[in-house]
Amino acid sequence: MIELEGLTKRYGEKVAVNNLSFTVRPGIVTGFLGPNGAGKSTTMRMILGLDHPTAGDVRIDGKHYQQLKDPLTYIGALLEAKAWHGGRTAYNHLLCLAQSNGIPRSRVREVLETVGLTAVAKKKTKGFSMGMGQRLGIAAALLGDPRILMFDEPVNGLDPEGIHWIRTLMKSLAAQGRTVFVSSHLMSEMALTAEHLVVIGQGRLLADTSMADFIARNSRSYVRVRSPQRERLLDVLHQAGIVAVESGEGVLEVDGGKAEHVGELAAQHGITLHELSPQQASLEEAFMRLTAGSVEYHAHSGTSPEPSGQQWGDGWKRG
Amino acid sequence: MATTQVVRSEWTKIRSVASTVWTLSLVVVVTVALGMLISALSKNEFDSMGAQQRAEFDPTFISFAGMSLGQLAMIVFGVLVVSNEYSTGMIRTSLAAVPQRGSFLFSKIAVASGLALLVGLVTSFAAFFLGQAMLGEHRAEIGDPGVLRAVVGGGLYMALIAMFSMGVAAMLRSPMLSLGILMPFFFLISSILGNVDATKKVGRFLPDQAGSKIMQVVTPIDDDTPYGPWGGLGIMGLWVLAALIGGYVLLKKRDA
Repeated sequence: MIELEGLTKRYGEKVAVNNLSFTVRPGIVTGFLGPNGAGKSTTMRMILGLDHPTAGDVRIDGKHYQQLKDPLTYIGALLEAKAWHGGRTAYNHLLCLAQSNGIPRSRVREVLETVGLTAVAKKKTKGFSMGMGQRLGIAAALLGDPRILMFDEPVNGLDPEGIHWIRTLMKSLAAQGRTVFVSSHLMSEMALTAEHLVVIGQGRLLADTSMADFIARNSRSYVRVRSPQRERLLDVLHQAGIVAVESGEGVLEVDGGKAEHVGELAAQHGITLHELSPQQASLEEAFMRLTAGSVEYHAHSGTSPEPSGQQWGDGWKRG
Repeated sequence: MATTQVVRSEWTKIRSVASTVWTLSLVVVVTVALGMLISALSKNEFDSMGAQQRAEFDPTFISFAGMSLGQLAMIVFGVLVVSNEYSTGMIRTSLAAVPQRGSFLFSKIAVASGLALLVGLVTSFAAFFLGQAMLGEHRAEIGDPGVLRAVVGGGLYMALIAMFSMGVAAMLRSPMLSLGILMPFFFLISSILGNVDATKKVGRFLPDQAGSKIMQVVTPIDDDTPYGPWGGLGIMGLWVLAALIGGYVLLKKRDA
């Protein structure tokens, strides 16, 4: 369990992390989502005691990171980018970490096997591809067989096979009852792995919700219908007890309706349809709408989403 | 966190990178080879020396002449041991594994200093015996008064140079910045300050000027240095202490 309480980090005038409070629970994958520069990495570094918080507190199983005896056996972390000496072999890199935490040497071989780096264990890490680097970072995180795992953007730079491997790994770690906390700037990635979602933007908490809730609230599915006989179609649908909304340009949106059902009704009544398509508002859109007001670096292309009312999402916002 | 665990880990780190081997090999080779060369040259010059120069002739100190260059490799060793952590990003992994920053830094420094002392002693003894061999009939014996102290002191001097560099690197983090300051300082600035009359009185309190006093066996005739061999090494020790405390305080305070 990781508990953050009013965690704040200021760099001079700039507030990187602003009064963050949330709890990462065991047994599930918790996604930590936010646009680039939202403060995800800074937050993770503070959890590991690498950066000192300006204010607030973060605890691992009720203790400060510095109070953990052999911390790698409590919490394993994959940090962004490569954080090791390229002149050292993969085996020696893991060995020095294992020794510092009293982890037996045999465990180094085990984790190298788990991540599939056994063949290159005696190779210097500077020759590693991005994907191999991510695997080595994950091996280091798994080294102490910790109850809590934290991954910062783990799928970055991985090929599809590697991405699939990571997703499976994270889910199985959570299934074993471990706490898994994983950051990403991709909603689609989170939707596939995370059960719980913490969203931040410009260092502030925007959402702390279960993934199911987030999907239910944000991915409205509907059927889009266009017909030259719009009025008749509306009547027919109304009689069948189906609610349809007009959304301009002769388009009807049938909420939660089945395309087949609408099509059959239209055929029975001899109504011509020009379009009949099931639609799903994407989670990515929902995420972009949620964080639009707090994106650090906008691409001013005109196609970027309009910042919606700042109250959006208040219903399930924490506090 | 058991300190022995951290020490063992730091030993694995230090022995598993190439820079350790090449910097320390350079220390030995450069110091001994240059010491032998200068010893050989001094032997040939002896006959043309005046009475005072002959009286001040210090065969032990001459055989250590290579240290002025060899210590630069020792500085590189000390700087790299610490700053490698920062330049590679390893520091974040290291501090996540050992969040007690004092334990991390001082274990690292202990391991690296132990190794530097060992290599320093080997270098010092090799430089002495091979240098004396070059000096022929003008040589000193290891049993002569003060000679053993000077030779052991040479090893200590090398270890202290490495430690001072580690402290500076811990403060500055960047290897380039650390080397850019330490190399010219020890190779040029310090010896200039120590030899120019106007700055001599201050210059001789600089770490290498004070520390190298331990390697002198014959005191120059009009020498007015206010400290002896061990006093000089002590002054150097204080510099090292200051650098290490500075490094520790900054490490403790900073974000990794």
